[in-house]
Amino acid sequence: MAKQVQILEDVTVRFAGDSGDGMQLTGSQFTDTTASLGTDVGTLPDFPAEIRAPAGSLAGVSGFQIHFSSNDIQTPGDSPDVLVAMNPAALKVNLKDLKPNATIIINTNSFDAKNLKLANYDVSPLEDGSLSGFNVVPVELTKLTVTALDGLSLSPKEKDKCKNFFALGLMYWLYNRPIEKTLLWLESKFKKKPEILEANQRALKAGFYYGETTEIFTTRYDVKPAKLPPGVYRNVSGNEAVALGFVTASLRAGIPLFLGSYPITPASEILQELSKYKDFGVVTFQAEDEIAGIASAIGAAFAGSLALTTTSGPGLSLKTEAIGLAVITELPIVIVDVQRGGPSTGLPTKTEQADLFQAMYGRHGEAPVVVLAARSPVDCFHASIEAAKIAVEFMTPVILLTDGYLAFGSEPMKIPKLEELPKINVEFRKDPEGFYPYMRNENLVRPWAIPGTPGLEHRIGGLEKKDVYGNISYEPENHEKMINNRKEKIEKVQTVIPDIEVEGDQSGELLILSWGSTYGAIKEGIRKAAADGYKASHAHLRYIHPFPKNLGEVLKNFKKVLIPEMNKGQLATIIRSTYLIDAIQYNKVKGQPFKIAEIQNKIYEVLGGENGK
Amino acid sequence: MENKIDPVVTDVKYTAKDFASDIDVKWCPGCGDYSILAQVQRTSPDFGEKKENIVWVSGIGCSSRFPYYMSTYGFHGIHGRAAAIATGVKLANKKLQVWVATGDGDMLSIGGNHFIHACRKNVDLKILLFNNRIYGLTKGQYSPTSEKGKVTKSSPYGTVDWPFNAIKLADGAGATFIARTMDRDPKHMQEMLTRASKHKGLAFIEVYQNCPIFNDGAYFHLTEKETKPENVLVLEHNKPLVFGANKDKGIKLDGINPVVIDLNDGKHSINDCWVHDEFDDNPTRGFILARLSDLPGFPTPVGVFRQYNKPTYDGDYMKQIEHIKAQKGEGTYDRLMFSTTTWEVS
Repeated sequence: MAKQVQILEDVTVRFAGDSGDGMQLTGSQFTDTTASLGTDVGTLPDFPAEIRAPAGSLAGVSGFQIHFSSNDIQTPGDSPDVLVAMNPAALKVNLKDLKPNATIIINTNSFDAKNLKLANYDVSPLEDGSLSGFNVVPVELTKLTVTALDGLSLSPKEKDKCKNFFALGLMYWLYNRPIEKTLLWLESKFKKKPEILEANQRALKAGFYYGETTEIFTTRYDVKPAKLPPGVYRNVSGNEAVALGFVTASLRAGIPLFLGSYPITPASEILQELSKYKDFGVVTFQAEDEIAGIASAIGAAFAGSLALTTTSGPGLSLKTEAIGLAVITELPIVIVDVQRGGPSTGLPTKTEQADLFQAMYGRHGEAPVVVLAARSPVDCFHASIEAAKIAVEFMTPVILLTDGYLAFGSEPMKIPKLEELPKINVEFRKDPEGFYPYMRNENLVRPWAIPGTPGLEHRIGGLEKKDVYGNISYEPENHEKMINNRKEKIEKVQTVIPDIEVEGDQSGELLILSWGSTYGAIKEGIRKAAADGYKASHAHLRYIHPFPKNLGEVLKNFKKVLIPEMNKGQLATIIRSTYLIDAIQYNKVKGQPFKIAEIQNKIYEVLGGENGK
Repeated sequence: MENKIDPVVTDVKYTAKDFASDIDVKWCPGCGDYSILAQVQRTSPDFGEKKENIVWVSGIGCSSRFPYYMSTYGFHGIHGRAAAIATGVKLANKKLQVWVATGDGDMLSIGGNHFIHACRKNVDLKILLFNNRIYGLTKGQYSPTSEKGKVTKSSPYGTVDWPFNAIKLADGAGATFIARTMDRDPKHMQEMLTRASKHKGLAFIEVYQNCPIFNDGAYFHLTEKETKPENVLVLEHNKPLVFGANKDKGIKLDGINPVVIDLNDGKHSINDCWVHDEFDDNPTRGFILARLSDLPGFPTPVGVFRQYNKPTYDGDYMKQIEHIKAQKGEGTYDRLMFSTTTWEVS
């Protein structure tokens, strides 16, 4: 009997299991299939810092959340509608996040005494009524998988490892997604291991048909494609988008890309991704440490490459002195900081926005740099191109801030045409006539004169240099002049960046000012609050240093300015000191992004009972 | 097996003067750095490169002012990071001949990590270590090459740390040209510099350099004519290891132990001496030689300890790029963006 199909607008699913259960893989397969159907998608993996915490333990739980919708969505979703819990620990860790009445698909085979104890359950939650507020679907996932693999000469352990594909197959059935894409992917992945290929394909199909035949599910669901702007789309994570952005920037600039980097969570994927693009002439130097990462990038910039270093907070601290060197030598490099929970090692796999002060001020001496922040996984692509353009055209270090949430989160990206993207103007100085290394153009930018160019041989370095001529100078007046030059040059960037735009009313009671990855939750929070009659406008900063030139005017048009941040108020502090306004802080530092509902509630609180009227 | 380097044809004939910048040299009077600068400028015309293709990179310290005094491209970096900066320069443009001027504090202390990794990777850099066994620019603290027990401003009762032997460190880390010379032996230094310039791979030259202010005379027993012959062993390829004012002493290998022999004692002859092989693939003998300067009763070797060929990091990197380009074709934007699952929304 064909089952009823119910159309939904918006679903959030979370896969959760042991870090060895393959949840990230399961999630990304579900994402690829779902995105390719034209549904809008936002995803967020959540995994422990330990590669393999003890199996079955609470610390070892790994999750992957997918939000898919027939609307244009901005986040991976607040609270899951469906949880797939592969073991008791996964249930325990994720239960508090679920929507009331959420569906929980539980692998009952893992709810044995040992696993219950590891998850600190005295009594099985399947038996004590504690799940009564949810729609619990018990499935013997392990047993069904092993049965489906009957006859294959794999060890019990190997068979057990296929259960994530059974779960995936079941979810494909439940949400009316085809399994073919994953079958093909398995074929390419396990070309050389036919037994494993067969096992996983069988498990996937078994899960799918289980949904079809069993009586447990009476309804299956569908989410129709979203109305996205026409074009060709692909899925990108923030880290992937950064890599693609810099390769594209190199094409737009016509100079090769150099990356000097040291592996660090959550930035390593950028290094890994860029190391693939040898056919684009990309040089990825996996350096001996963070300092060598940036030092090599500075050397490459001196020699004429589009130079990049990628890191996270602890690495940015180590690079600090070298950033100062790039400031005083006025060489173009981009430093990408994929922020994570700090201080120190902090929460390596969790997200935070607490490196803003470090990016702005974390150097000795007067050492201004340009600071940009990306707002979504897709925006990581565009912000990277922007960062490269400013670095090269202003001969300055640029810090681009992303974070763990953007880095690992993914969403569909409409692939832009190359010629629609900004052109990056590179002009190497060739003419020895009248050349001095620290002469400046109208934007106070010095010439880029690279080794190998006859007649332009010159020496630069970390010592203060004589204005225009570039030789060492300790003169007091000259030092102040050079500090002013460097500062004014960064301020000139304001003349080429766009004004900040306000979404919603251009003046009124409440403006929410934000930066970085909070964009999506804030945008959706404002939309939801508006539906209840609570009006807030939204301005989102991409350029934090220098600020857009109209920012002061924009802020004055609102009675209240609310600044939500995943830190203790770093942007709020800068805004207060720059514009002398009484900004309201809203801070969350839990290693987790803002939820839409949190923003919504904050709007209600700030506007008060009268809706701000 | 000597390095086979294609001679670079340049139409310009340079002189030493062409390599002097217009900046006043500001080292202390009598500093050994002056001699190093003079020898570098004198030999630069023989490096086989056009001036615009030579880059001098440095870190911090007295020695690291060096690039300012050369009329080539130069980059004065930050403390310890010269090798890493230089690696970036070389990887960005393989045509450049990249030299590093550094000191014992800069390269062996704060920059130790970059040094060993540049050696390990065999990056095609020429590193000139100005070793004066003291911190000069910070005015007289002990350095990682200061001898144990040394009294300095930061060790009033004598140091308790053991010094690095830079030759052992460089060879152990994987440098492929390892040499030592002295500030007061200009001819020898010129030879070492020219040879390093022709080497493909990481060339390391330790220069014993006098600091007249904070460590005056540290090497006088090696550099002054009265004591030099008895204390210095000049390494020459394929020649027996002989030293002494009358060339009457030799080094013999007794198993893995070096022994000083008297060539006039009737029991030994020149035929008993260890014959130096610069191109020895096996690092063992080079290591024994490097140790001589630490052993009481033995002369200090100068010259090329070892030189061998090994593919360079930058060379192999560029080869890999060429190989992948040949395989896949030059990268295009379309390939970049579409080499994954895509779908169309109409």
